[in-house]
Amino acid sequence: MRGGKHHILSVLVENRPGVLTRIAGLFARRGFNIYSLAVAPTDDERFSRITMVVDVQSAPLEQMVRQLDKLVNVIEITELAPDDAVARELLLVTVEARPDVRGQIIELVDVFEGRILNVGWDELMVSLEGDPTKLDDFEALLRPYGIVSLQRTGRVALPRITRRVPLTDVSAGADAESAEAEAS
Amino acid sequence: MSQKMSGGQALIKSLEMEGVDVIFGLPGGAILPVYDPIIDSPIRHILVRHEQGAGHMAEGYAHATGRPGVAMVTSGPAATNVVTPLCDAYMDSVPLVMITGQVPLAALGTDAFQECDTTGITIPVTKHNFLVTDAQDIPRIVREAFHIATTGRPGPVLIDVPKDIVDPKNPRSDMDWYWPESVDLPGYRPQVDPDPQLLRAAAELIVAAERPVIYAGGGILKARAAEALKDLAELCGIHVVTTLMARGAFPDDHELALGMPGMHGNYTAVTSMQQSDLLIALGSRFDDRVTGKVGGFAPGAKVIHVDIDPAELGKVRRPDVGIAGDVRLAIEGILRELHDLGGATAQPDRTAWRQQISGWQEKHPLTYQQSEPGELLKPQFVLETLRDNTPDDTIVASGVGQHQMWTSQYWKFNHPYTWVNSGGLGTMGFSVPAAIGAKVGRPDRMVWAVDGDGCFQMTAQELVTAASERIPVKIAILNNAYLGMVRQWQEMFYEERYSEVYLSPDLPDYKMWAEAMGCVGMRVESPEEVLPAIEKANAIDDRPVVIEFRTDAREKVYPMVPAGATNSEIIVDPSQGEGGR
Repeated sequence: MRGGKHHILSVLVENRPGVLTRIAGLFARRGFNIYSLAVAPTDDERFSRITMVVDVQSAPLEQMVRQLDKLVNVIEITELAPDDAVARELLLVTVEARPDVRGQIIELVDVFEGRILNVGWDELMVSLEGDPTKLDDFEALLRPYGIVSLQRTGRVALPRITRRVPLTDVSAGADAESAEAEAS
Repeated sequence: MSQKMSGGQALIKSLEMEGVDVIFGLPGGAILPVYDPIIDSPIRHILVRHEQGAGHMAEGYAHATGRPGVAMVTSGPAATNVVTPLCDAYMDSVPLVMITGQVPLAALGTDAFQECDTTGITIPVTKHNFLVTDAQDIPRIVREAFHIATTGRPGPVLIDVPKDIVDPKNPRSDMDWYWPESVDLPGYRPQVDPDPQLLRAAAELIVAAERPVIYAGGGILKARAAEALKDLAELCGIHVVTTLMARGAFPDDHELALGMPGMHGNYTAVTSMQQSDLLIALGSRFDDRVTGKVGGFAPGAKVIHVDIDPAELGKVRRPDVGIAGDVRLAIEGILRELHDLGGATAQPDRTAWRQQISGWQEKHPLTYQQSEPGELLKPQFVLETLRDNTPDDTIVASGVGQHQMWTSQYWKFNHPYTWVNSGGLGTMGFSVPAAIGAKVGRPDRMVWAVDGDGCFQMTAQELVTAASERIPVKIAILNNAYLGMVRQWQEMFYEERYSEVYLSPDLPDYKMWAEAMGCVGMRVESPEEVLPAIEKANAIDDRPVVIEFRTDAREKVYPMVPAGATNSEIIVDPSQGEGGR
């Protein structure tokens, strides 16, 4: 994902009616593309956190962040560089599973550490949580069996916890790029 | 001790606390409870004839005074009627507080009578908006609305007020009065103070530049930075272009003034930017009407860009030094750094550049052909006569189109806040209500609106407001019987195929219409009548005056950079061909 067209923005917003409309409307009218979006309350009930994956081929990331920052209800925007963040997504899928192939599918679910939630005579419902690329792989492997319906949540992400003790103070003024350089 | 009152009373009292002296508005069902306490308030209310007029009057007031304009209308169709002025104010960063009535909270979302999703509709055309859901929130929200409208990059803020929380007959409207000490908006922190290192970098670019030009925009006026701008220009001897939104920010009679750049800018303003090696963009936003084709705009120039809105830095043109912050503070900071670098003595010898500029000015002044006897008036002649026979600090409002461009070109703006116009949105019909609002804000000044016949027909009804409120504005209609700018484009770019642009010179009869609205009406058809009519109008101070000038429809606005062309392809006058590419 590094240098790719998708970037993750973690946006802390006031928990008020219409905030999502303001953000969605801003993106639509300025021609910015949202690839996925997840919204949920935080531990502080005054705020919600929006995790959005944006397409930076549609517009420069800097423009998106600065326009977003002008919204009065937006408190804080953080860009989560893929290498510095842990991202997770949930996938629910109902797949065709006649008795002759059911065993193969169960094997796949086991390999990916997914869970079987519901079983019918010719269908299985499976959940899988994980890194979005892992979900992509799983989805691709299931497709030949016949996907009846599929739903993904869009990713949520938090910054990776720094394992090293910094020798110098890197917290002040360290931008995403230098932080990335540190990590690699 | 807290005082009990209704939400409606609290709303009016909050406006009083904000120092509001006038509201432009028109009442209706949902806003009735807020209109009742106006009777007991010292705030003046001006009853408009159409809600759009209220919005533009509030804008005109804000343009002329720098204080936020306030308008109040009811729900539904009234709210939709103010969308145009809200968008106009949003595009031109005009501080405005708009209050709209709304159906009672319980009726919201039921398609009730005169219900419309006002906050939903106005999100894209306001800096922020509020739907009040509790009477107790009213003082806080009013305080926040004025704070947001007037700080950072100014803009319109709307407050939508459901009827039940302002209606004293409804217990939901009960509230305990308070006035918040401060505002608490965690997501709203305009960056006002510029980064000192960037100020230094800007100063270093300036002292290294051989062909610098200051590109001053409307932000200079919003930040009250005209004095600082003059100091900077004079210290370095750098010429200044003033965009359509910045006319008056730098005096046109100053030797360093270049006037307006852009699509209808003068040759020197356009070409000096094109040829410059450093553009110092101060409170300007590289609008397409200024840059022409962006890829070919000032190709050899480095750019210093100062803007209060960080999103403007790099939006159109990547700056070499981009400074987010208040433009007055930034200019003052750059001046300090320049003094530190040696002040005027540190500037390189720019004699050759200055000579080139004065050579362009001499070779390509604004020109037009005077009319032959028996021909219709030349609009430029009318404007020059008006300009030369009104006080130097006259406030001029205009609509949108040819008359607007000629006014901007031919007027000499020597004082800030004397030019009131619709730039970004290009709202036809702006001038009459905006002039009224400007006159309400500055009753000590003479206020002229220069309007086109097409524009005038869109909002003329507000002259009834002006007549009944005794607001003595003066309107000069340049009547060429056409939607002139559209006609110009059809002539130049659509092979003279005139589609739906003819309006008629005498339908309506503007003189009779003016008189029917309680104004003095005059019609002028020949050059020798122009000055006497203007002098007569200037002498009238108890009612509005409308002068209809019959002008030549063939006259076009020059210079012109055709849409999509680079500024190097400027057409100076008709002798260069009609520009059909």
